Amino acid sequence: MKRLEGKTALVTGAGRGIGAAIAKKLAADGAIVYVNYAISSEAAKQVVKEIEEKGGTAKICQCDVSNYDSVKQMIEDIISEEGKLDILVNNAGITKDNLMMRMKPEEFDIVIDTNLKGTFNTMQAVSKYMIKKRSGRIINISSVSGVMGNAGQINYAASKAGVIGMTKTAAREMASRNITVNAIAPGYIKTDMTEAMTEDAKSKVNAIIPLGYQGEAKDIANMAAYLAGEEGRYITGQVIKIDGGMSM
Amino acid sequence: MSEKMKSIIAEQLNIDASEITLESNFKDDLNADSLDLFEMVMALEDNYGVEIPSEDLEKLLTVGDVVNYLKSKGVDNL
Repeated sequence: MKRLEGKTALVTGAGRGIGAAIAKKLAADGAIVYVNYAISSEAAKQVVKEIEEKGGTAKICQCDVSNYDSVKQMIEDIISEEGKLDILVNNAGITKDNLMMRMKPEEFDIVIDTNLKGTFNTMQAVSKYMIKKRSGRIINISSVSGVMGNAGQINYAASKAGVIGMTKTAAREMASRNITVNAIAPGYIKTDMTEAMTEDAKSKVNAIIPLGYQGEAKDIANMAAYLAGEEGRYITGQVIKIDGGMSM
Repeated sequence: MSEKMKSIIAEQLNIDASEITLESNFKDDLNADSLDLFEMVMALEDNYGVEIPSEDLEKLLTVGDVVNYLKSKGVDNL
């Protein structure tokens, strides 16, 4: 039997990058995966198609996680359709980089609304259901920016540090109901976003990574699948840094 | 106390309905923790169509407190 056979999972922001890799991995491990996206339905459909071609089951669901009411509706829809939701992966996130002295309040707010409040919105919506069921796995994607800080990302770093605080709080609140809540803090991971960097910028980044190279989305996806499965049952409230040693 | 009320509390707190009396203290007699109480409050809100603000929760120590509270909110047949 596959690791996540019989489980239902929701991965937010799963159209691209790390979210897409997590969705594919959870599906490969046997879960029914809801591939959430906010804007780009084509990318999400492509992820579903790839999962189905490999014999997995996936469905797309549109929702902007910063919208409290639509998140609630999305979770209710999934639970009424599948009868359950076992695994929540909060991956949806955006950046609006700027040095602090130049940052506009709108740039600060929009990142907080999606990355921080979006994670709160989904966790709250599933909590009622998971508490009743007395089981559940929540995996929040934080960032090494939230652990170490990162020049030019005061909004993003705040949102990702906030995710860590929420992770630990939710883990404490729901531990007695057999619900684990963990955060993964990726370092530099090869995605569309980092591919756009210049060669010079890339080599500078590699110089500060002890392992000397950028990670891949699958490095994050493997940990997410581990935390989601039975093997991860005794891990809760943790921040797992997957960054080639950058933030040790 | 109505059977409906008893069965809501019993279901939310995972206990036998026969254990529940008006004098039962949620924490001391029925072994409920704060999550149990929130689950129960949400079930009562759904069943009786009332809203129970979080700040009122600390006043509700016993089953009788809840019955009286709901009565004060205009709920009948408790």
